[in-house]
Amino acid sequence: MAPSSLEIDGLACRRGGRRVFDRLSFAVGEGELLALTGRNGSGKTTLLRALAGLVRPDAGTVRWQGADVADDPEAWRSQLAWLGHLDGLKGDLSVAENLLVAQRLRGGAADRLDGAVLAFDLGALAGRAVRTLSAGQRRRTALARIVLSAAPLWLLDEPLNALDVPAQQAFRAALQKHLAAGGLAIAATHAELGIEGARTLELGRA
Amino acid sequence: MSGFTALVARDLRLVWRRPGDVGVVLAFFVVAVVLFPLGIGPETNILQRIAAGVLWCAALFAALLSLERLFAADYEDGTLDLLLLAPWPLELAALAKCTSHWIVTGLPLSLLAPVLGVAFGLDGDSLLALFATLLIGTPTLSLIGGLAAALTLGARKSGALLALLALPLCVPTLIFGAGAVETLAAGEGLWTHLAILGALALVALATTPWAIAAALRQAGE
Repeated sequence: MAPSSLEIDGLACRRGGRRVFDRLSFAVGEGELLALTGRNGSGKTTLLRALAGLVRPDAGTVRWQGADVADDPEAWRSQLAWLGHLDGLKGDLSVAENLLVAQRLRGGAADRLDGAVLAFDLGALAGRAVRTLSAGQRRRTALARIVLSAAPLWLLDEPLNALDVPAQQAFRAALQKHLAAGGLAIAATHAELGIEGARTLELGRA
Repeated sequence: MSGFTALVARDLRLVWRRPGDVGVVLAFFVVAVVLFPLGIGPETNILQRIAAGVLWCAALFAALLSLERLFAADYEDGTLDLLLLAPWPLELAALAKCTSHWIVTGLPLSLLAPVLGVAFGLDGDSLLALFATLLIGTPTLSLIGGLAAALTLGARKSGALLALLALPLCVPTLIFGAGAVETLAAGEGLWTHLAILGALALVALATTPWAIAAALRQAGE
């Protein structure tokens, strides 16, 4: 059993007076993938946003390597790579520019795009403005941003959205590599991610 | 600090890719200002007296015109989440957004205003005073406007709401900015007014980034 880097204890969230989830506790260890499943509106996105600190939980704590993340939000944010519903790309910038800017905004050096670009077969698109790309190509760019960040914890909201079969395989390969290197991932998904040993947390059954 | 410069550079590059957005703002400023001599007629006395006020008001409206998209574009494409999750203070990101807004609106407006002032028959000293007051005063407009833009993020009819929020807060800057040219015409020194404009800009600098960051966090929820 791997040591648990991420521990969630008694997390509760209300949105607009409605209880989204309550007393949620789980742990994710190094190299582990946790798939969040559940019906539409069961709180998968809210849980991801609460973990990232975008939504303030009403109760409960999130601990990263033993320390409450609320104590040092900036250090916590440096451990995260975030993929939301929206791709977080600028339409007027090219694929390569988007990746470089995202990397610099994380305060990281952005000297080598190659690995991430190749992993998602973006080489031919690198110079294209993102607004001219299809939804799947944008998603691939957003996923390349996650890979490039080299953050230990990936928070992914519907990562397979709009991806074709080769792109899904590329994502699986990237995710497996991340997990094999001791990374963590939490993914809200409807589709099967196809990763062996993935645990599943079904929301909205309480 | 690298995140700050990266964000300013990104926003300037985005403006560079779509120069029309800034062009419209500057064109609005020119057209709005030029309408006054046309409407009032070629009476130099009146024009000289109202010149600073007209140019300052037009600069204020022009700056507001471009503020609606300041955070809305980032909100819509999801890049705001990346700023909220960047491992450096969101206050700095807010300041970076206002800085790039000032570079592409406040600065060109300050440079354009003396040129337009000629149409009002202002003399050399007054033109210089106009430039100096706008240069020191427009950062305040970008900061206060940035706060209004962050507060109205996601609201419908945010443009009108933004103007309603920002305009009253910009009144002190407007009064001392436009008043400076008048005191110069009355033979008094300019420094008091410039010092007050500078003080207003510093107060805005010391307060608005925190308020903007709080408003953005709220919008991110």
